[in-house]
Amino acid sequence: MSIGGESLSHTTDVKPQGTPRISGYEAAARKAEVHRNILLTIPALLVLVLAASGPLLVMLLYSFLAPGDYGGVVWQPSVDGWFRVFLTRDIFDDTLMLQDAHVTIFWRSIKLSSMTTVLCILLGFPTAYFIATRSDQTRNLWLFLITIPFWTNLLIRTFAIMEIIRNEGIVNNLLIFVGVIDVPVQMLYTDFAIMVGMTYVYLPLMILPLYASMEKLDFGLVEAGYDLYATRFRVLRRVILPLVKPGLVAGSILVFIPSLGAYVTPRVLGGGKNMMLGNLIELQFGQGQNWPLGAALSIALLAIVMVALIVYVRTAQRSTQAHG
Amino acid sequence: MRHSSTDTASGGTSAIEAVNVTKTFGSGDEAVHALKDVSVTIRENEFFTLLGPSGCGKTTLLRLIAGFDHQTEGTILLHGEDISLLPPFKRPVNTVFQNYALFPHMTVAQNIGFGLEMLRKPKAEIENTVGGMLRLVKMEELKTRRTDQISGGQQQRVALARALAPRPRVLLLDEPLSALDYKLRKDMQIELKRLQLETGITFIFVTHDQEEALTMSDRLAVMNAGRIRQIGTPREIYDHPAERFVADFIGDTNFLTADLLSADGGAISVRLTSGREITLECDHPAAASRHLTLAVRPEQVRLTADGSASPLNGVLENIVYFGTDTHYHLRLQDGGSFTARLQNSRERQELFAEGDQLGIVFDPETVQVLRD
Ligand SMILES: Nc1ncnc2c1ncn2[C@@H]1O[C@H](COP(=O)(O)OP(=O)(O)OP(=O)(O)O)[C@@H](O)[C@H]1O
Ligand SMILES: [Mg+2]
Repeated sequence: MSIGGESLSHTTDVKPQGTPRISGYEAAARKAEVHRNILLTIPALLVLVLAASGPLLVMLLYSFLAPGDYGGVVWQPSVDGWFRVFLTRDIFDDTLMLQDAHVTIFWRSIKLSSMTTVLCILLGFPTAYFIATRSDQTRNLWLFLITIPFWTNLLIRTFAIMEIIRNEGIVNNLLIFVGVIDVPVQMLYTDFAIMVGMTYVYLPLMILPLYASMEKLDFGLVEAGYDLYATRFRVLRRVILPLVKPGLVAGSILVFIPSLGAYVTPRVLGGGKNMMLGNLIELQFGQGQNWPLGAALSIALLAIVMVALIVYVRTAQRSTQAHG
Repeated sequence: MRHSSTDTASGGTSAIEAVNVTKTFGSGDEAVHALKDVSVTIRENEFFTLLGPSGCGKTTLLRLIAGFDHQTEGTILLHGEDISLLPPFKRPVNTVFQNYALFPHMTVAQNIGFGLEMLRKPKAEIENTVGGMLRLVKMEELKTRRTDQISGGQQQRVALARALAPRPRVLLLDEPLSALDYKLRKDMQIELKRLQLETGITFIFVTHDQEEALTMSDRLAVMNAGRIRQIGTPREIYDHPAERFVADFIGDTNFLTADLLSADGGAISVRLTSGREITLECDHPAAASRHLTLAVRPEQVRLTADGSASPLNGVLENIVYFGTDTHYHLRLQDGGSFTARLQNSRERQELFAEGDQLGIVFDPETVQVLRD
């Protein structure tokens, strides 16, 4: 109450100036809000600096140092780590060559992550739509079911998938039993297995943001689309998709980024051969004992993620604007 | 081309026909009977209004006609053909939604052009029609605005233009003017009426506002609790309400109870609670019951200082001045209340005072015998 009284008494003695006194209050209120916002963001900023920027700077530094003989770095500037990201010297004649193994791994990582993202969209979109169109109580039940996989350790779940798709696993046995195939199909330790595993692991990260934006969708707009002669497909493309795009963008980012750096899934389901970037980086810090290369690879991965993000968000924005 | 409302009511082919339509939401104990055995024929190029209190099933009926919901029982015909199985995008019917349902990711112009675009009309034609619609609803300046950045009244006008642009055979309007201010509302009422006459589109219009219903409609249906209570021209509904609900819902009415004395063809003789006997015209068989309810409109009544010859007497309790007319609230001998509405004129100014014992006089022709 005292605030109201105060402002009243102030407004009574407004000086005959051009700008009204109110703007002074507005400015004060805005200033107070800025202060509040700074206070609110301090914890997050601290975590960011300590847990993200700090290690990142260390990595950046390490990538420009020379490797130690048994891991670690020696304090001697070198671009050898960066050099080895994509290039290698022939052991016989010392000529520069493309490091085929690395290129393959980069390409596999990008390909599998993109395919996983697309697969998650294809599976997650109908699921989220289904949940969003249920009644309030059943919705919560469905969401709860979606989160159940999070209760179990990732490694255990991945081994479970292994059990399902290995040569003597359920899928192969079933196919043989039905008579579709005579000999087991090799699924385990292939790119396919990695993709299946990653799709399974990251699907909830697509469904949840998609659901969040679909829940806000006014289904009256879908009816309006039908009313105005749009077929089901065109309602999907012209009405639903543009409106749930924020969820789609968020879900894609949440799936694509961890897929690109995935470690456990390709390690278990891809075997030793089908490495992805995460495994390659781990190799450099472990067996390979080339920390600068590992650091350079990590930062290269980060760069890919950032470029992909910028391109993706830009395109998403542009297509939204084009449609109005 | 302007024909009187009674003409339209008596001729023309049917645009929409609902036959014994029932709509039940849910089942078991929680079942909501939104529509109960509704039958109505809406004629081509008719301005037909659904009028009724909130929750009586107006929106539900429109949704069945548009195809968003399916009737539990009954048939809906469009120009004589059963459309029950057609999806909404195959029905030449457009809706102005109660909550507008404008596409928030499109501009005003894109919203209006959406239907034509979906019908794959040529670009030039779309632009042309959208331009015309923008002019019609006076939204030209805001055509590039996004629809979440315009006011409620402006949204309503865009919703109207969007539904009109594809020139549907039937336009369904669910309280399209409710968010407009008085002046704009009056303008849009005239505009809508003009549009309907010019385009030949059949309008099915939903409103809460009885004045709007009476002034705009060729015919109207009064609904209550999922049923259509009466269908007729505004005049028929107002002057000859068939039952208590209709008489009460449309305009102000005085209800009188009376005992039936004798019936002779179209004329019946009744005794009022005052003991007086009057003879009334009554063309429906309601007169079979002994106790009747009569309806008398307040403006059909005269008051006299000498009550000895009048059918009713009452004590003047309250006088309320309304500018063009004055409302006199009387207390009858049987304890009931009665309102008379007299037009103000220079002579009548200080005729009556509160506390006066007055006679209430009315023409037997203006008395309605109600079905209960
Ligand atoms: N999807 C639904 N599920 C259950 N009940 C519903 C549903 N839609 C409408 N109803 C019920 O059906 C009845 C009629 O609703 P309707 O929307 O047709 O009313 P209305 O006449 O349009 O009212 P208003 O003037 O308030 O818009 C109401 O009792 C309403 O609660
Ligand atoms: Mg309604």
